[in-house]
Amino acid sequence: MELLIFGSLTDIIGTDKLVLENPLDTELLKASLLKKYPSLEQTNYFLALNKIMVQEKKPLQEGDVVALMPAFSGG
Amino acid sequence: MILPGFGLAAQEKLDRAKVLIVGMGALGCPALQYLVGAGVGQIGIVDPDTISESNLHRQLLYGQADIRKSKVAIAADAMRLQNPTIQITTYPIALERKNALELMEGYDLVIDATDNFQAKYILNDAAAILKIPLIYGAVSRYQGQVSVFHFPDKEGICFSYRDLFPIEPSDTIAGSCESLGVIGVLPGIIGCLQAAEAIKIITGIGRSLAGRLYTHDFLETSNYEIAILKNKNVQPLTRDAFLIAENQITEDWEEIDVDEISVEAFLDLQKNSQVYVLDVREREEYPPIDFSDAQIPMSELLQHIDRLPNKDIYIICHQGIRSVYAAQLIQANKGLKTYSIKGGITAYFNKLS
Repeated sequence: MELLIFGSLTDIIGTDKLVLENPLDTELLKASLLKKYPSLEQTNYFLALNKIMVQEKKPLQEGDVVALMPAFSGG
Repeated sequence: MILPGFGLAAQEKLDRAKVLIVGMGALGCPALQYLVGAGVGQIGIVDPDTISESNLHRQLLYGQADIRKSKVAIAADAMRLQNPTIQITTYPIALERKNALELMEGYDLVIDATDNFQAKYILNDAAAILKIPLIYGAVSRYQGQVSVFHFPDKEGICFSYRDLFPIEPSDTIAGSCESLGVIGVLPGIIGCLQAAEAIKIITGIGRSLAGRLYTHDFLETSNYEIAILKNKNVQPLTRDAFLIAENQITEDWEEIDVDEISVEAFLDLQKNSQVYVLDVREREEYPPIDFSDAQIPMSELLQHIDRLPNKDIYIICHQGIRSVYAAQLIQANKGLKTYSIKGGITAYFNKLS
């Protein structure tokens, strides 16, 4: 699966795109990201799976694209 | 104007429209200019700030001669020269919870051209209460976002900024353009998109961004669109709750009397009814407990106070000291009935054993 990283989250993850081994679902993806990048804990962001917002656990399949979208506040 | 779908009727709708733009910075300037150009009849502009030199690269309504002058005054003067028939009302004040409803009432739609989370949440909550469409815009580095909240999408569903981000973050997490820097043209693009959404909603042409979060990338000249879904945990805020949140920093909350409940009484209550238990210990504290409904550490309680449901809250900590403060803080800031469990988890486990 592919991970697209938006806004200030690129500072934490160090890139705007990652290709990952497929986790089983979005909750496991979140947990593994949190383990690897602990400062995500203090960040306000949501996940979108194939351009649809994730509000509850969704299974992940090969070829899925997940976006990590933080809150933007500048203007 | 000879544009299919955009005739005299559309022009008249624009002329009758009342739009409020909150923030006269890098988003607000272009949004205002294009709404004036489009012939929106009445426009209100809100900003307490004066113009500084560091604004000029991205707030193109202002020049060197305007430094230290009021943003809304200079913007209104420029727009009256551009189109004297438009009525511009200036509000050289900061948006706050206590003035938001009054400011926004009577406008047909509101443009969020602010640069901080506090203002964005106030605008969102007030627009939800007043049922006024809100055109959200924001930038972060090389990307910018636009969406439309509190306006029905094609299925008739209205979304809120809180569907995306239910809890207001602290401003230290993300920054403003002033502190982080931005290429001026990016908020220009986003502000223009906000004006475009306003024109579409007023005239009823096209499809608005309601239900869609549109993110533009300056470096790639690309965009990414996300379909928004409702967050089931987000409850609509009442007028009262909105205004109570205004007193977030209540100085005398430590004076509030708190009802303490003994472990015995609490255990009885737990047996007979569903009680909402909040654990205010820090995350690393032991032992973990299985009878709490939520754990929000005392150090983060004010920030996350909106996560609490509108019911009586029974608060527990290690010894029953922090839980008294937590009970006062919740009563002062959210107006909920709270109980502190006397002796805390220490007393609880002593009682069980």
